[in-house]
Amino acid sequence: MELINFVKDFAELFEETDANFFKPSTKFRDIEEWSSLVALSVIAMAFVKYKVRLSGDDIRKSLTIEDIFNIVKAKQ
Amino acid sequence: MYNPFSLKDKTVFITGASSGIGKAVAIECSRMGSRLCITGRNAERLNETYMQLEGSGHLQLVADLQSEDAIRSVVDRVPVLDGIVYCAGIARPLPFQFTGKETLEEVMGINFNSPVILSQLLLENKKIKKGASIVFISSVSGVFCSSAGGSIYSASKGAINGLVKGMALDLAPKMIRVNTVNPGMIDTNIFSEGTITQEQLTEDIKRYPLKRFGKPEEVAYSVIYLLSDASSWVTGSSLLIDGGFTLL
Ligand SMILES: NC(=O)c1ccc[n+]([C@@H]2O[C@H](COP(=O)([O-])OP(=O)(O)OC[C@H]3O[C@@H](n4cnc5c(N)ncnc54)[C@H](OP(=O)(O)O)[C@@H]3O)[C@@H](O)[C@H]2O)c1
Repeated sequence: MELINFVKDFAELFEETDANFFKPSTKFRDIEEWSSLVALSVIAMAFVKYKVRLSGDDIRKSLTIEDIFNIVKAKQ
Repeated sequence: MYNPFSLKDKTVFITGASSGIGKAVAIECSRMGSRLCITGRNAERLNETYMQLEGSGHLQLVADLQSEDAIRSVVDRVPVLDGIVYCAGIARPLPFQFTGKETLEEVMGINFNSPVILSQLLLENKKIKKGASIVFISSVSGVFCSSAGGSIYSASKGAINGLVKGMALDLAPKMIRVNTVNPGMIDTNIFSEGTITQEQLTEDIKRYPLKRFGKPEEVAYSVIYLLSDASSWVTGSSLLIDGGFTLL
């Protein structure tokens, strides 16, 4: 599993934010579009694409996209 | 003592009695004098409920209601009933784009199909007395509102509300009453799988005019009303219990 692909999968969950904006170090909560619905989408995406069950708390304790990537990787 | 809400001499069947709302309904109904047949999936937690029931002559049946065989075996073993309370249910918060046949089958299977099939088989086997009362735990979701990631759950509850209207009409000749209770957020294990964080729930509390979530017993009291003779002219109705949530 590659960080770069994960960032791409993450970016696809957003409608308005430009895909180029997303970097591993992006603090996702600062993105205007971020919402509890997008958080649910991240959990669903991790399950569909990576077969990993994230919890709401995994998202809560993460700051950047890479933080979430690391949790997904550790759980794989 | 005068008490129009008494459940004395009534035999009541309760699904989802191993946790949350179903557990509280079971315990409170036993306190009101009813004889119970309780069911749940987790044997240990179902037994915990069983141990807390007042009175005697109660029955517990472990069953996974996703399985039609398990449903049939429950129907075979339940006594003739004066009341039924369908509390078994799941929420699988998932944005609509990510829901598929699997989620649909899982959520509709337990929230909608299982109480429908149970009711049909109980009627067929003459296990529901004339004048009995059937109560479904529906929700505010799918009837008055929904929530992020709640489309299929809402659909299952909206379906229950629709079902109850038709069922109430068709069972009226047997004097069987059919109603729903529609709770807002209640403190139970329903989100224990962790998709929704404690932090989000705390934030959600602020949207309730009465400034807290409901307690399982508060749902149980309304169920007692609908099971008792106090509601003998009430059928096809929905009782909203939501701390004012849907007013805003
Ligand atoms: N909590 C709320 O905020 C809320 C609000 C509105 C409506 N409701 C509704 O109220 C009902 C009860 O929910 P709750 O909050 O009390 O949730 P809960 O604490 O999670 O309890 C759910 C119950 O359903 C049973 N159940 C789930 N899947 C089952 C299956 N396949 N076969 C048999 N039993 C199964 C569980 O049995 P095991 O634990 O033994 O597996 C448990 O007893 C549900 O229909 C829910 O939709 C809840």
